[in-house]
Amino acid sequence: MDTTVTAKKKWWAGGYSPFNVSYGKLMMWYFLLSDAFTFGALLISYGTVRFSSTSWPDPNHVFHSFPFMGDMNLPLVFVSLMTFILIMSSVTMVLAVHAGHNRDKKAVVKWLIWTIIGGAAFLGCQAWEWTHLYHNNAWWGSNPFANADGTAAMNSNFTDFFFTITGFHGLHVTSGVVLNIIILLNVLGGTYEKRGHYEMVEKVGLYWHFVDLVWVFVFTCFYLL
Amino acid sequence: MAHVDNTAEHKNTGTAHIWKTFWILLGITVVEIVLAFIHLSTGFPGKLLLNSIFIGLTLVKAFYIVAEFMHLGHEIKNLILSVLVPLVFFVWFIIAFLADGDSWKNMRKDLSPGKPRVEQKAAPAQHGGHH
Repeated sequence: MDTTVTAKKKWWAGGYSPFNVSYGKLMMWYFLLSDAFTFGALLISYGTVRFSSTSWPDPNHVFHSFPFMGDMNLPLVFVSLMTFILIMSSVTMVLAVHAGHNRDKKAVVKWLIWTIIGGAAFLGCQAWEWTHLYHNNAWWGSNPFANADGTAAMNSNFTDFFFTITGFHGLHVTSGVVLNIIILLNVLGGTYEKRGHYEMVEKVGLYWHFVDLVWVFVFTCFYLL
Repeated sequence: MAHVDNTAEHKNTGTAHIWKTFWILLGITVVEIVLAFIHLSTGFPGKLLLNSIFIGLTLVKAFYIVAEFMHLGHEIKNLILSVLVPLVFFVWFIIAFLADGDSWKNMRKDLSPGKPRVEQKAAPAQHGGHH
């Protein structure tokens, strides 16, 4: 940390970025800020509707299945696996960025591939979960789950919010995987080697970590609370 | 990149801090899941306390992801404030909207069909008046 230097430097005097990051990186931060408000709006509206309901389905009852485990009651286990996969892919992304700082092309390629595998694995898990719920008659407009207090569901608010928010997050993961693949192709093609830096990996890395960040909140709001 | 002077300091640093952050995130998630299972089998800690712990731990996880993985903790103050200050809006959003939801729930409960009206002005019908 160069806090002593930065304190004296006149950041707003011009001649350099007052944020000490490149334009592209700053804009990625501002994009993520706006995306945070989009997800925030979705999660807060979910919270509002849940608060306004006299009863709500119990997540431990709804999300209790695991692939190939049949009817075994395993609340939280599958979504914990998904959370672990996403955190792990965030770590491999940081390692790719780190390798980029060291201009270590082979390591960047390796860690990017692991990140893509992690993202694909997460999407696979989500596809299984959605399919499973769909076969249990849960979908937009269709809520088969009884409320925690035993009363029948009066509307499909629960499934509507679940599929909309996890779907919007899944869409972000999908575009993150696509971006990672594009970056990987560029790394393999030597684009960043020619450019002299791997900052593009950092920018896409920021997006990827944001996707992980959103999942932390989705995980809490839908599966824990 | 010439105008950005923090690229050199990252070179040849170890990956230990990355893995440390990973273990913190994993550890917190495991604690959350264990707490959820303890609650399922024993009913302790109570739902309100449990949810408060969950939200607290979520914010701790968010802090580590943003500060370490997204590297914001190592950027200069200008950038940190530029990104974090707008998020203050969330404080108001959450308070206002959840309070609104809660108010709707109370109205649903109090005004649901068949429920006797409490502390309402006497209905005109009781006076038998036909105006």
